[in-house]
Amino acid sequence: MPRTLLDKIWEAHEVAPGLLYIDLHLVHEVTSPQAFDGLRLAGRRVRRPDRTLATADHNVPTDGTPVAARIRDELSRVQVQTLERNCAEFGIPLYTLGSERQGIVHVIGPELGLTQPGMTIVCGDSHTATHGAFGALAFGVGTSEVEHVLATQCLVQAKPRAMRIRYQGRLGYGVGAKDLILATIGQLGVDAAVGHVVEYAGEAISSLSMEGRMTVCNMTIEAGGRAGMVAPDERTFEWVMGRPGAPAELPEEWHQLHSDEGARFDREVVIDAGAISPMVTWGTNPAMVAPVTEAVPEPTSEQDQRALEYMGLEPGTPIEEIRLDRVFIGSCTNSRIGDLRAAAEVVRGRRVASGVYAMVVPGSQQVKAQAEREGLDEVFRRAGFDWRGAGCSMCLGMNPDVAAPRERVASTSNRNFEGRQGRGARTHLVSPEMAAAAAIAGRFVDIRSWEPATAAAGVRA
Amino acid sequence: MRAIDTISGAVSVLRRDNVDTDQIIPKQFLKRVERTGFGQFLFYDWAREPGWELPRNPILLAGRNFGCGSSREHAPWALEDYGFRAIIAPSFADIFRANCTKIGLLPVALPEEACAAIAAAGRAEIDLAAQEVRWPGGSARFEIDADTKHRLLNGLDDIALTLEQEAAIAAYERERERHGPVTTAL
Repeated sequence: MPRTLLDKIWEAHEVAPGLLYIDLHLVHEVTSPQAFDGLRLAGRRVRRPDRTLATADHNVPTDGTPVAARIRDELSRVQVQTLERNCAEFGIPLYTLGSERQGIVHVIGPELGLTQPGMTIVCGDSHTATHGAFGALAFGVGTSEVEHVLATQCLVQAKPRAMRIRYQGRLGYGVGAKDLILATIGQLGVDAAVGHVVEYAGEAISSLSMEGRMTVCNMTIEAGGRAGMVAPDERTFEWVMGRPGAPAELPEEWHQLHSDEGARFDREVVIDAGAISPMVTWGTNPAMVAPVTEAVPEPTSEQDQRALEYMGLEPGTPIEEIRLDRVFIGSCTNSRIGDLRAAAEVVRGRRVASGVYAMVVPGSQQVKAQAEREGLDEVFRRAGFDWRGAGCSMCLGMNPDVAAPRERVASTSNRNFEGRQGRGARTHLVSPEMAAAAAIAGRFVDIRSWEPATAAAGVRA
Repeated sequence: MRAIDTISGAVSVLRRDNVDTDQIIPKQFLKRVERTGFGQFLFYDWAREPGWELPRNPILLAGRNFGCGSSREHAPWALEDYGFRAIIAPSFADIFRANCTKIGLLPVALPEEACAAIAAAGRAEIDLAAQEVRWPGGSARFEIDADTKHRLLNGLDDIALTLEQEAAIAAYERERERHGPVTTAL
């Protein structure tokens, strides 16, 4: 019987009915302290430290703070130091502040070659869906489940339903992975994929870079799906092989990791990729989104009305007339080297608009080092961007990077929820290129009409 | 975890759809390393808006897709610490629902009409064994996974149950476990 990619990975990991073996458990400081406490209380050990990896990311200041002991915020410092103590006690490898491998958990997993096709991966973080870009089954869990996986290396889990989103056609010029997923969520809604694992398919997906596929899978949770996945191909294999955690030789079975012809999905959706424009969210969930060429819509529900009030927007205002106070390029959605290269091309030879504070936060120390080798930091600095250290930064404001009440932010992150980036802060989700252009123009602009600086300013960048 | 049998009492109503966990417990309260004491921060920002009212009752009646967003178990911890023992809603986000069942906070999904009737009645009784919600003037059956129900009815520790399958886990590791990656060998 033809099987889906989900079927194949599920069957290979079922220890007993409803009990799934976990190949990789990623841990960070926010959702783990109570889990380690639980282990200690019950006198349990970590079953597989060699299948577990920890990093500090949510609380990490991006100002180059060299060690956890120097974090100024007391609660943040205690949380990171607690992770350090727990990892030492239970023998778990940890990349904390000061490590050249520290970074956002969903950036470093793939970067170290730990994220591989066919694996089961969990983490106490909803954006674990990111790792599905490699053809892995990866999803977020809560702290009780973190404790369960630490103790047993297994997860009690009913098999989710399978959903496939197939894109027809190709993305147009200037339209990328972030626009694709924002448009998808806008079309289907924030709870469309509840109870499902989503497989993304079609030429618009296979032609994406691995970074782009990670951006798409990352935001699956914003459509309610616990996991997103893309069948691995040559591009995937090439990306993984040669990294520290990768196997010495390409495993033959990786070639079998795709949904078979005729495999049955519980739900199938077809979306026209060619019709997607650069997208900008206008409300307080990721489905409240519109093409940059359109206007803030009329509210059709109480929730819309509330969102517009929170965002301080009038219906009918063209998106391109929305002015920004801040720009944030970073987060587990868009902070990889490909994202930074794309944003740098937009700002090269230009200046951030006056009155706008713009920051770039690489996803990991390795991304930061790579970008600096390529001179991208200089491109951003010359344009007036703040070039920061690695961490979750302004995606969720658990560290010093927060927006002030009523400040309007163009952000490459994943959630525009009320208060997410700071109490009263107004978040607009966009792609790295759109965020970069917004920083320069001081308002949203259609990236498709962006001219290279050489043409615009008559100088060579 | 305490065993759940029947949960009955007054209902607090929060009729908003897509309530995310950032609203239930905002990010600044996730820095605590304890599991208790989160109730005082429940809906922290909304609770400061004029007209907000959320009495401490045993049952919360919420909107569609309740608990969407982040995987923070701090959200169920805060709801439970505030006094809720069950949440009735038309639908729940996946991770939030799972997190609730792990701490003995019972998520009950019912159709919109039943939710509206319960909100109007102001009280309800949830009978987990019978998988039924009763309220003055009506009743409705709800679905729950058999294993989860068994665990909740008996207040069983998930980890202890899984550890009883040690032989199966060890056999899996011996015979079927994937070769690498090894995090300790990087």
